[in-house]
Amino acid sequence: MSLVLVNLLDGLVTGLLLFMLCSGLTLIFSMMGVLNFAHASFYMLGAYFGYQISTYVGFWPALLIAPVIVGVAGALVERYGLRRVHKFGHVPELIFTFGLALLIEEVVQFFWGKSQMAFEEPEILKFAAFSIAGNAFPAYKVFMIFIAVGIFLVLLYILTRTRVGLIIQAALSYPETVQNLGHNVPLVFMGVFGVGTALAGLAGVIAGPVLGTFPGMAVVLGTIVFVTIVVGGLGSLWGALAASLLIGWLQTFAASYNVTMRDVLLTLGLTEPADLATSALRDLWTLTLPQIGPILPYLLMVLVLAFRPQGLFGKRET
Amino acid sequence: MSDALRPLAPWGVAALVLAVLPFIFASGAALTVMNQMAITIIFALAYNMLLGQGGMLSFGHAVYMGLGGFFCVHLMNWVEYDNLWLPLPLLPLFGGLFGLFFAMIVGTFSTRRAGTVFAMISLGVGELIAACSIIVVAFFGGEEGVSGDRTMGPTVFGLDFASQQEVYYLSAIWLMISAAAMYLYSRTPAGRMANAVRDNEERAEFLGYSQRKVRFMSFCASGFFAGIAGALFAINFEILTEENLNLATSGSVLLITFLGGAGFFIGPIIGAIVFTLLQTVLSLYTEIWQLYLGILFVATVMFFPSGLTGLIAIHFRPYHLGKISVLTKPYALIALPALGLALASASVLEIAFHARHAALGDEQMSLFGLSFNSHHPLPLIAALALGALCIWLLRRQLPSFREAWDEANYAGGPS
Amino acid sequence: MRTLAGLILGTLIALSSAVAAWAADTVKIAFIDPLSGPFAATGEQGLVHYQFAAEELVNKQGGVLGGKKFEIVPFDNKISPKESLIQLKVAIDQGIRFIAQGNSSGVANALTDAIKKHNRRNPDKRVIFLNYSAVDPALTNAKCNFWHFRFDANADIKMDALTDIIAKSDDIKKIYLIGQDYSFGKAVAAAAVKYLGAKRPDIEIVGNELHPIGKVKDFTPYARKIMASGADAIITGNWGSDMVGLGKSVIASGFKKPIYTYYAASTGITKTFGAEGKGPLKLVQEGAINPAPSERMTAYMKAFKAKHPDKDMGQPRIANVIEMLAKAIDKAGSATDMVAVAKALEGMEHDSIFGSKIVMRAKDHQAIQDVHILAHTDEGIDFDLDNSGFGLKVESTVKMAAADSETTCKMKRP
Repeated sequence: MSLVLVNLLDGLVTGLLLFMLCSGLTLIFSMMGVLNFAHASFYMLGAYFGYQISTYVGFWPALLIAPVIVGVAGALVERYGLRRVHKFGHVPELIFTFGLALLIEEVVQFFWGKSQMAFEEPEILKFAAFSIAGNAFPAYKVFMIFIAVGIFLVLLYILTRTRVGLIIQAALSYPETVQNLGHNVPLVFMGVFGVGTALAGLAGVIAGPVLGTFPGMAVVLGTIVFVTIVVGGLGSLWGALAASLLIGWLQTFAASYNVTMRDVLLTLGLTEPADLATSALRDLWTLTLPQIGPILPYLLMVLVLAFRPQGLFGKRET
Repeated sequence: MSDALRPLAPWGVAALVLAVLPFIFASGAALTVMNQMAITIIFALAYNMLLGQGGMLSFGHAVYMGLGGFFCVHLMNWVEYDNLWLPLPLLPLFGGLFGLFFAMIVGTFSTRRAGTVFAMISLGVGELIAACSIIVVAFFGGEEGVSGDRTMGPTVFGLDFASQQEVYYLSAIWLMISAAAMYLYSRTPAGRMANAVRDNEERAEFLGYSQRKVRFMSFCASGFFAGIAGALFAINFEILTEENLNLATSGSVLLITFLGGAGFFIGPIIGAIVFTLLQTVLSLYTEIWQLYLGILFVATVMFFPSGLTGLIAIHFRPYHLGKISVLTKPYALIALPALGLALASASVLEIAFHARHAALGDEQMSLFGLSFNSHHPLPLIAALALGALCIWLLRRQLPSFREAWDEANYAGGPS
Repeated sequence: MRTLAGLILGTLIALSSAVAAWAADTVKIAFIDPLSGPFAATGEQGLVHYQFAAEELVNKQGGVLGGKKFEIVPFDNKISPKESLIQLKVAIDQGIRFIAQGNSSGVANALTDAIKKHNRRNPDKRVIFLNYSAVDPALTNAKCNFWHFRFDANADIKMDALTDIIAKSDDIKKIYLIGQDYSFGKAVAAAAVKYLGAKRPDIEIVGNELHPIGKVKDFTPYARKIMASGADAIITGNWGSDMVGLGKSVIASGFKKPIYTYYAASTGITKTFGAEGKGPLKLVQEGAINPAPSERMTAYMKAFKAKHPDKDMGQPRIANVIEMLAKAIDKAGSATDMVAVAKALEGMEHDSIFGSKIVMRAKDHQAIQDVHILAHTDEGIDFDLDNSGFGLKVESTVKMAAADSETTCKMKRP
């Protein structure tokens, strides 16, 4: 039982980290209609900037400065890259962000090389906050939970209680009308893009020390982020949160329990083939849940798209 | 030349070039690169049936090529060990059929909608199959893949396909057949309807065509030709691995097609040739070739969304107007500074990279035949100065260039 | 169109001329490994060591065959089997007859297969495959061939040595096996089960699982399982970011007992683990660096560090590859008769600069040598890794590990 509790907490951390990335991406998507393939690359930039800045002035200032730099970089990309490509249509936009993701990975390797960076959590958080049945829960993860929840609350407040939020909300549903009402929609786009990438950068600074800071970190997380927002429903902050947590827990629990296909098949009344080592179905019989855990989100996405294209919480179709 | 034969002329030239190439580039490596090109061309053309002709953006098309290839390696092994009678030249047909079979399964649910839904489903399916390739060892052979031997089948006209040259001609013949078939497909009503659905789904529906069926047709046809490319891969490399299925391969075919120009039939061909050359040749000379590739790709999307072919195509109008000569002088004037700027930018990158990553004490680097100390600021400053000078020259030339360009595209007499 | 044709022609000519430039007075060794992409750091490190070893151990000693120098020609295979085969063709065209590769058993499997076919189809252009790091046991068992030589101890041999040490440790009662879901990860797990079962049947294997390679973002759930199992030690074959992720999660969850690994050092990994890894992290590897086994090795290492302060000698066996190849070429009296060179390498005995006798076993072309258990520590370290102050210190040694082990190899000799 205590292990379930530990897994719940671990899944919460994974899910909330995903949420930090998804919250920005889902807003960007619903405003501009383009999936930003490079979103996870901004997350990686956040981690690398965070590492570099922390070697000069320490972790805490880096936590503030790096996301700002990433956000500014994101806004510049929107202003001078995406806006230019926008007039060619959605497919070139998507391809642009795809190329940008490749380019950012190369640029990171250009400056920092290919090895893993020794980015570490601050000394002050290097202790076990509590432990459940011998399983230590690091204080840093508690800190991650608080940051993510804080971001969610701030975003929710801005979107539902402020004037800027109202304009964004309106632009989500009726961009042309908002433009016609005299609002500077391009500026709003740039702002949202900048804030979205800054959030990704913040996630990068926070995740860099625990999940590792290396050139492949964007690829590892990249596609999962889309999966999450597509599953959650585009433009829905609640959807992004729900899907992030769902996928966080799905992956944690899948990795934690060694359910084997053999048991499932035996329960179904099938008999194990005697010549298992040479049977064509040998891989099916030896399959375990942790083996397929990381691909479950993709399966979930394909199913959601095939049966409910607007996602779990989405209002309009993608 | 009579008018009836005119459309056949490019095909004749292409066939001739393909036939002659191995006599010019006879080394094993050049043949391997050319085989690789032929395979990539078929794959990119198949991909463009979706992207260019059907308006469907796929992030998982490597799956159909890869599955066709895996199936063919198994066929080769059955030929070797289980006495299956199958001459090697027919193998691509079976690869294509397997690709088609799998595309029909996935197509039933993925082609319901175009746009992002299609893109995301293709991504999801791509990731699923790539992950399966590690898990399902019986079919995919795990991360080491499945290998076979192409020479074990019955000989055809005395050929056993042990030499690269024989494989090259086999690939070239299949390239011609596939390219011609794909070209003809784009001229059939089915191909035309794919264009119509791409441009406006609703209008196509009003005309009585089910957009879903049209997309399904394109998708299956594309899967078939991707499978042929996979089979040729199996014949050429005699091994298929997870790499043939993963997102990186799917991404690179998108890159190739877009780089060449998705709006033209010939676009993917040019893209495949340029990309293969960049990948094999550029990486011999510089460590940061992927950075250049990334820059080239992003620049293409931003400035020439119709790709390299589009860049060539915009000269057709001046050519037909008989005014292409108007452009000769302005082109000559900007060519030098443009080349200088490219070289200067590359130099800045190379020097900075060397200064940052070379071994300590290894401060000498050579670039374009010059040898110098990369840690000294002078070379970097020189490169930057050259770049600035070229930019200044380019800016000076720009107004007169633009004028000449407008003039060349102006249908009337000298304005 | 014409400009494009010109471009293609120009580039292909450039390629062909590069191909033609072949000087007969050097012995070229093609280094086919990743020099770009996610595994480039390991590839670069290998390349630097190869170049250094060729210069220091052969060229400065007068070369081979009375003056021919070794030259290492790097080829970037982007860790892709397909690219490796292309680069193999390019290398063969350049007249190169020695192919060195190590990173990824998948690539090694593709190369050994392609080289076997190439040598059969082109008897006048045969090549030899110097495998310095790919440790999939199959390469010297079911898939062995006459042209392949492995200089690293394979996964089975390392496990044999590791379990020898574990068998002597009485406080280990429960062991958890975890690895990446592919041939090497499976080979490690299978070998662990086999040898532990034979040497210490009382040890309980409380977990034996595989996780997808390179796809796990967060290893915390695995760490929880390991904690819950009450394991006294972990054995893993993980490498790269999978190693760092697993190790950090397990240590952060409060695991204080040994983590036996194959590849948890250098290219940033040692630095990333730092003080946290001291105590739990143990490596099984050939080649002793701390304490230095000989004066010669100290001088060799110092010269290396003076030239490449940012690089490590992560794969000591590279020095053995170069020295043994030089000896074989001299013994065969030819750098072009591959059968003679391969026959000279077969069964060769050699004293490694890293303090071990090495025998290239004739029946399967597997090098037999001392295998060490190394501790990640900052005490008694003469040569650290990643300039972190931390390095690997020999804790225990198995002399000539698995010298009499079985092989399923049925080698066909020309």
